[in-house]
Amino acid sequence: MMGAEFVSLSLPPVIIGICVAVACALPGNFLVLRRQALIGDAISHVVLPGIVVAFLLTGAVSTWPMLLGAAGAAVLAVAAIETIRRVGRIEPGAAMGVVFTTMFAGGVLLLEQSDTSSVHLDVEHALYGNLESLIWLDASGWGSLLDPDALAGLPVELVRMAATLAGVILFMFVFWRPLKISTFDEGFAQTMGMRTGALGLALVIVSAIAAVAAFDAVGSIIVIAMFICPPAAARMMTNRLERQVAWSVLFAVIAAVAGYVIAGYGPVWMGFAASVSAAGMIATLSGVILGLAAALGPHRRRGGTA
Amino acid sequence: MITDALLLQLGYNASLVTLGATLLGMAAGVGGTFLFLRKRALVSDAISHATLPGVALAFIVMVSLGGDGRSLVGLLAGAAGSAALGLLIVSWLSTRTRLAEDAAIGAVLSVFFGLGVVLLTVIQSMRSGQQAGLEGFLLGSTAGMLRSDAVIIAVSAALTLALVLLLRRPLTLASFDPGFATATGQNTARTDLAMMGIVLAVTVVGLKIVGLILIVALLIIPPVTARFWTERTDRVVLVSGLIGGLSAYIGAALSAALPDLPTGPIIVLAGFAFFVISLILAPRRGVLAAWVHHRAFQKSVHLRQGLLALAQGQPIYEPLTLRLLRREGWALPDGVATDEGRGRAARALLDETRWQIIRRDPSFEAAAAHYDGLTPIERVLTADQIAEVDTRLPSARVVAP
Repeated sequence: MMGAEFVSLSLPPVIIGICVAVACALPGNFLVLRRQALIGDAISHVVLPGIVVAFLLTGAVSTWPMLLGAAGAAVLAVAAIETIRRVGRIEPGAAMGVVFTTMFAGGVLLLEQSDTSSVHLDVEHALYGNLESLIWLDASGWGSLLDPDALAGLPVELVRMAATLAGVILFMFVFWRPLKISTFDEGFAQTMGMRTGALGLALVIVSAIAAVAAFDAVGSIIVIAMFICPPAAARMMTNRLERQVAWSVLFAVIAAVAGYVIAGYGPVWMGFAASVSAAGMIATLSGVILGLAAALGPHRRRGGTA
Repeated sequence: MITDALLLQLGYNASLVTLGATLLGMAAGVGGTFLFLRKRALVSDAISHATLPGVALAFIVMVSLGGDGRSLVGLLAGAAGSAALGLLIVSWLSTRTRLAEDAAIGAVLSVFFGLGVVLLTVIQSMRSGQQAGLEGFLLGSTAGMLRSDAVIIAVSAALTLALVLLLRRPLTLASFDPGFATATGQNTARTDLAMMGIVLAVTVVGLKIVGLILIVALLIIPPVTARFWTERTDRVVLVSGLIGGLSAYIGAALSAALPDLPTGPIIVLAGFAFFVISLILAPRRGVLAAWVHHRAFQKSVHLRQGLLALAQGQPIYEPLTLRLLRREGWALPDGVATDEGRGRAARALLDETRWQIIRRDPSFEAAAAHYDGLTPIERVLTADQIAEVDTRLPSARVVAP
């Protein structure tokens, strides 16, 4: 199970899954604390029309136009939510609901109208992703990890997700103190001269980049789950932000690895022929972890030390 | 073809679906209003995503019992079961743990949906493989709907609407003023439960028509739209039900008439069109109304400042002020006051001077608070008070008309 086949078939998806999980869970810690947990949900719905429009414009399933389209749609959605909230004086949740459902509906309509079903671009792909297919054909065994020729054949998604994860980590590292202070005491942060509005926007943008980069590889469902479940579970474990982030990374990695393994090998162990969706299983597993933390975590109650 | 569809001339099935969708849209609009007013609009998102594992599980159970697996009633029962479980978990997480409601919603919707996706891949690998009807639940589809399905949808939509109408009084009270509702002896917890029951029913019935992702739109957009038009409780409910019904009717009819138009997205986009129209055109809260109000305010400020400048013999350079004065016939193009303009200017200056006096006098403190440079003093003080103020005018005899 850990031989050459594992390296070429399972190693890249597992690593991609870990990168996605951690890249989403890190900003997710702040989103959950700031009560913006559903931003991930909104983003993953609105990128659909962006991807479809990019596809219609370029006529090809290529990465960069799609990423740009998705990012454009995410920016448009954030602007639309903000406009509706201010102009219409509508509470944020409802404004978000109006925008993301409408944009998603537009995306589905465009898809159905433009007959893209022949290409690998359909709603199900967008929702579930296709983690299992991201294989590394050039690998012949563990030795390939040191072989430049083979490394060049790694799935581009892996490289892209690793870069995204590095960017997210860098952002968190550089802005750690301002993020922490403005999350817990926005008023104090402002008196210290921090531009909390710009910082909040930067956080949302970083989250959107992580979501969009992950979206193509693993689908939206895992992205939403990873933004919320590991940080939420981590929050039940500790009262300190530093430890919470560490717990959330641990939970994200556990969910990604165990979810992939259970999805790929679980049914076979149980005597079934086919495997099940890895993205779905990773999301499910993150929910199981959250459930355990919510039932047993040392800091599960509000406010107290119990 | 489109008019045929709008007039329900496309045959029994299509008409039944359109009617069912309309009733469902009305129920969603009315039910969604209570959710919106309780600031829990996005709970519907969790409920709708949580239906997926139930649908898939119901399919698997029905097939393994030797059935066809596509019985609509069975699938909807599964959907209702898992959505109810998801709802319970949301409320358990947000009341019993430190998680905020939005995190609880997000956690439930992603995990349930993930589990649903896992179960769908299980179904794909099952030998029977007749999951043809299942994709419809994701995005909604009325194409290929059986006659019995259409009847089930129409009847359950009607029942849901009846339920909403039956419960609208306690729901309205609890949504608008929970404190008062509790004080008058109403069990708000039970009312909340009823509200969630209605949302659940709307979601489950709407699955086949709109799809589980877009049913959220039907619960959120109509109330938000209705809120633009009225400040009154009962009317928000009414308008919201109307908009929901109309959107669903238009969407269902259009998609029945035209090929390749999926029902769910069209219904949502119709609702959004109503939303945009309302955002722009609504009296008082609309963008246009706000703009008109702003222009009128701007105009009166400029006129007032222009008149004061004329009265004090100061030159006016500001183009908008000059244009406004000229249009009123109070000044010539070069900024020199006309006879009428001089009269107006004198009156404006008198008003301003009177204001200055009362603003300096502590005994007029309450009246002076109304000063905004626009309100005529007659609207704040009585004639007697003005006469008293006038005795303190610096050169009363010259300025008084």
